[in-house]
Amino acid sequence: MSKGNTPSTQTRRPDRAALVIAVFLAALAGLIFWDTSRLAEITSYSGIGPATIPFVIASVLLLLAAWTVFEALRGDFPARERQEFGPVIWIIGGLAAQMLTLKPLGFSIATGLLFAATAAGFGKRKLWFTIPIGIVLCLGVWLVFAGLLQLSLPAGPLEHLFW
Amino acid sequence: MTTFDFLLQGMLVAAQPMNLLYALIGVTLGTAVGVLPGIGPALTVALLLPVTYRLDPGGSLIMFAGIYYGGMYGGSTTSILLNTPGESASIVTALEGNKMARKGRGGPALATAAIGSFVAGLIATLGLAFIAPFVVKLALVFGPREYFALMVLAFVTVSSAFGDSTLRGLTSLFIGFALAIIGIDQLTGQARMSFGVPDLLDGIEVTTLAVAMFAIGESLYIAAQGDQGPDKVEAVKGSVWMTAQDWARSWKAWLRGTLIGFPIGAMPAGGAEIGTFLSYAAEKRLSKHPEEFGHGAIEGVAGPEAANNASAAGTLVPLLTLGLPTTATAAIMLAGFQQYGLQPGPLLFATNPQLVWGLIASLLIANFMLLVLNLPLVGLWVKLLTIPKPWLYAGILLFATLGTIGANPSVFELGMLLAFGVLGYGMRIFGYPIAPVVVGLILGPLAEQQLRRALAISQGDVTVLFTSPVAAVLLVIAAAALIVPLILRARGRGQVLSQLAANED
Repeated sequence: MSKGNTPSTQTRRPDRAALVIAVFLAALAGLIFWDTSRLAEITSYSGIGPATIPFVIASVLLLLAAWTVFEALRGDFPARERQEFGPVIWIIGGLAAQMLTLKPLGFSIATGLLFAATAAGFGKRKLWFTIPIGIVLCLGVWLVFAGLLQLSLPAGPLEHLFW
Repeated sequence: MTTFDFLLQGMLVAAQPMNLLYALIGVTLGTAVGVLPGIGPALTVALLLPVTYRLDPGGSLIMFAGIYYGGMYGGSTTSILLNTPGESASIVTALEGNKMARKGRGGPALATAAIGSFVAGLIATLGLAFIAPFVVKLALVFGPREYFALMVLAFVTVSSAFGDSTLRGLTSLFIGFALAIIGIDQLTGQARMSFGVPDLLDGIEVTTLAVAMFAIGESLYIAAQGDQGPDKVEAVKGSVWMTAQDWARSWKAWLRGTLIGFPIGAMPAGGAEIGTFLSYAAEKRLSKHPEEFGHGAIEGVAGPEAANNASAAGTLVPLLTLGLPTTATAAIMLAGFQQYGLQPGPLLFATNPQLVWGLIASLLIANFMLLVLNLPLVGLWVKLLTIPKPWLYAGILLFATLGTIGANPSVFELGMLLAFGVLGYGMRIFGYPIAPVVVGLILGPLAEQQLRRALAISQGDVTVLFTSPVAAVLLVIAAAALIVPLILRARGRGQVLSQLAANED
């Protein structure tokens, strides 16, 4: 979505961010049209096949996009609160780091990184302190959930010491 | 057999020691998570779903019921002591409850909320038990077109009838529908919107979407507000017990709240908040102390809190009897049923009466447990409120990803979690509601199925949708629920909302 835009409280000018949302909705509709058009040939005797409902949904999305443009031009969107993007980047970075390190390094280290990055996003920036805490905590969680409740949480070098 | 026999049988199931233990674990976890600021019942249920993965269906649903009720109780504690309601249905509780806490009457406020929740939960769960068999009988004569009309009505009420913008509600709903298309079409086996990615063939997990939007989206949003200093937790001073006067002022409010909340929840339409707002307005009008409203009137906590819990139990009526989730929480509970291949609806009452009645009976038991857990142990829960934000949200994200990894340990699934989290954050900034996305995702495919069945029976004749009186009436109500708020908003720029806002002063 349009998180790159600077949210501000313009009222009577066209709302750029809202226009970006309209483009997003129209693009989503286009994607549905494009993907399901190849299914349009398949119809049952009921007259509607696997492509019918997606076509309806995509059409409504186009209408909603037009409506969004209309409201954006009239400045009908509510005022946004100012967003600080530093913390957001910390947390998104933490989630990405967890995603990438989950398989090679195991649940505890990967999720410990996420833990520390989230804490950093909320102001605790002492990573040398928060990363070890996160890893130890996640190892405890891993032992409970993978050990006792038998969830399949990926194990890495650290977990193999215990299991 | 009568309802009473069924309920008695359910009691026998629920009173088995293992099931009692599951219920106890459920209510404890539910309260503990529900009390955390920023976590409402929907997220509580979504976060704790993985805990139940390895249990048998009966035990898991019983634990689930406990989590649901526990989350409701926990949420009221947060809104009274912290003034940041974890769920929209608690906003009203925060109005008067937080004022009471600031005047040092936090104890009685918590007590009237807990006892009110108990009374409402008890009456409403019994109401559920006695109404359900009638709705089931009614539902058995429903054909595909009636179901489809019912779902259309639910879509409209969940997305656009309440809330502050028809456009944004509908947009959320249709984003949910667009996500629901992804995967294999149930009737023809064709892959739709999966672009050759095998991970997408199964469709998008409701729990992944709900956790991403509620937990990650919300965490991002809170983080982006920057450091606003620590929230002030009101200490619970003095006794938690209510005085005779408190009791005298509370009991009628509890009963009125229950009477208002339960029917609203039980209707196949969304919006638990409405019951709490109506109850607040009713208490304000009927109170002998109207001047206290806005400064900590105990009726203003007792009534809405009872209405909140009664409508939570009411939501289970359409969920269990029709398979129709009308709130985000109910949608996630439906996902919980589906993971065991159970489809709630009239047939479940016939094929699995032990399970359904065991679930209803365990709701009654969970309610008793919660009263015991919440009154004497409230000090323990209050401690959870004082966890500093960095650790709190780090922990929330830890458990949010844990659930997804536990369900499907794949990098792709985590990628979707991240993508939906960012989407949820964006929607939060621009004031798009989240619940319609979740309800659209889970109910969309069911509605499509019913529609295509109806049209298959009629051999493609669309008018058949309107020729059944029941379906026609439901569709007319749905159209009215879409158009009337639109006109109201166009003329008075949201009269419904401004009326609700006017109650604040």
